[in-house]
Amino acid sequence: MNFNYRLYRAIKNRLFTILIVLSAVVVLGPLFMVIKYVFVQGASSLNLSFFTELPKPVGEIGGGMKHAILGTIYIVLLGALIAVPIGVTCGVYLNEFRKSKLSKTLRLTVDLMSGIPSIVIGIFAYLMVVVPLKSFSALAGGVALSIIMLPIIVKTSEEILKLVPDHIREAGLALGLPRWKVILFIILKGSVSNLLTGIILAISRAAGETAPLLFTAFGNMYLSFNMREPMATLPVQIYTYAISPFKDWQRQAWAGAFVLMVLILTLNLFARFVLTKIKDKKGY
Amino acid sequence: MSNSKNSDKIILEAKNLEAWFGDFQAVKGINVQYTERTITAIIGPSGCGKSTYLRCLNRIHEEIEGTRVSGEVLLEGKNIYDKKIDVVDVRKRIGMVFQKPNPFPSLSILDNVVIGLRLQGITKRSTLMEVAESCLKKAALWDEVKDKLNSLGTSLSGGQQQRLCIARALAINPPVLLMDEPTSALDPIATAKIEELMDEIKRDYTVIIVTHNMQQAARISDYTSFFVYGKMIEHGLSSDIFTNPREKQTEDYISGRFG
Repeated sequence: MNFNYRLYRAIKNRLFTILIVLSAVVVLGPLFMVIKYVFVQGASSLNLSFFTELPKPVGEIGGGMKHAILGTIYIVLLGALIAVPIGVTCGVYLNEFRKSKLSKTLRLTVDLMSGIPSIVIGIFAYLMVVVPLKSFSALAGGVALSIIMLPIIVKTSEEILKLVPDHIREAGLALGLPRWKVILFIILKGSVSNLLTGIILAISRAAGETAPLLFTAFGNMYLSFNMREPMATLPVQIYTYAISPFKDWQRQAWAGAFVLMVLILTLNLFARFVLTKIKDKKGY
Repeated sequence: MSNSKNSDKIILEAKNLEAWFGDFQAVKGINVQYTERTITAIIGPSGCGKSTYLRCLNRIHEEIEGTRVSGEVLLEGKNIYDKKIDVVDVRKRIGMVFQKPNPFPSLSILDNVVIGLRLQGITKRSTLMEVAESCLKKAALWDEVKDKLNSLGTSLSGGQQQRLCIARALAINPPVLLMDEPTSALDPIATAKIEELMDEIKRDYTVIIVTHNMQQAARISDYTSFFVYGKMIEHGLSSDIFTNPREKQTEDYISGRFG
């Protein structure tokens, strides 16, 4: 009887272990397959000129996506430039005035914002920036990406600032410092590496977006750093090349996908490992 | 503990002070005067409102949402709850040391001490160094940290961190220093160090300290207040309170019969 019961327990235990491992495999499997496939396809199409050259006309072999790589960096940084100050400030507000009416509205709005389909954000940026300026532009792309980043930055900032213990804030106030100085020089300063992690995660999310850029930054075949002009980005360039009928362009799309993926993975890993290490030493 | 060398000037006074958390009244009708350059210990069972009372004295109680204070606290005759008074100025003159050592995590030992001054706009390095040295000496920490002033404040041991917090509070030179169970998170050796330095601090500052430890109160204080359920049951010279209390409740508490 006792033996049977123990056997039953052992079998049940083993069964659940298998189930749990299996579900982990189901989650990880597709991810690794995607990475492996893009790696195999992309790496074989990749060469130095991909990074250093502009696209060649159809039919000519070679050329690269230098303009799109730099364009992505440009537009993403532009978006971050808009989204970071607003996002962190909102996060501070939400954390400082947790129960105010405006906070509740803001929190709900931010939650809803993160649910808006990115194509809708693209249309919004088109109406707000492209139409008045009468031109597709890097600026419009930056605005669209900043709207993608904003809810992520607000949410992570709020969560990060919540981690700062109340007694740290009180210690600052008890020194006779005005509240804004306590927030800026003690609370935010001590959370810099945490905040950076959140910002980088938001950036890496936005860097891969295609839909909001299709009719804002639009894309071009030349190297441009003019905010008022269309600008190429990796996702849009990949999209254009991937649906083209030319074999050579399709290979370049794979290479582009590979570069974009490595870029985003590197950012993510940097945020997760390097910044967390700094945080363990210095932050909250 | 003699206080013969002290003047008898009243520096701080509570008048009918009451405090609430929402509907719960934590502090009830406190009236008391504090003489300059003395140490007053506040003792009483857990939850008797002694920390809340202390936090009313530098207006940090109101930082918690849903709290309320009534009555007056006079610092050198002026009510700190007066609408015309800036709370920031109050806290510059009434410093505080908390129960848990809480140096600012991202700052060095030196920066932790001088941050109050620096954020008030004093940036001259020699001035800041001077203040840091004198405050760390008063907090009996200088010899242990003078060779590593640029290490993080959080790299110190718990006892050292608490002395760093004392130095930080002293750096803005407040005439009154509030201490909320400053040794309750520390081991006996670290506690002894802090008790020692308090005797030094008393020469320049008026100290009000909340403590759970009655022996500590008896050792370090000139005056003692005994609190129960938000009321001050008894206040007087420590030598009287611990040897010959007027109230039955006080006697029961200090002899360990209740609390």
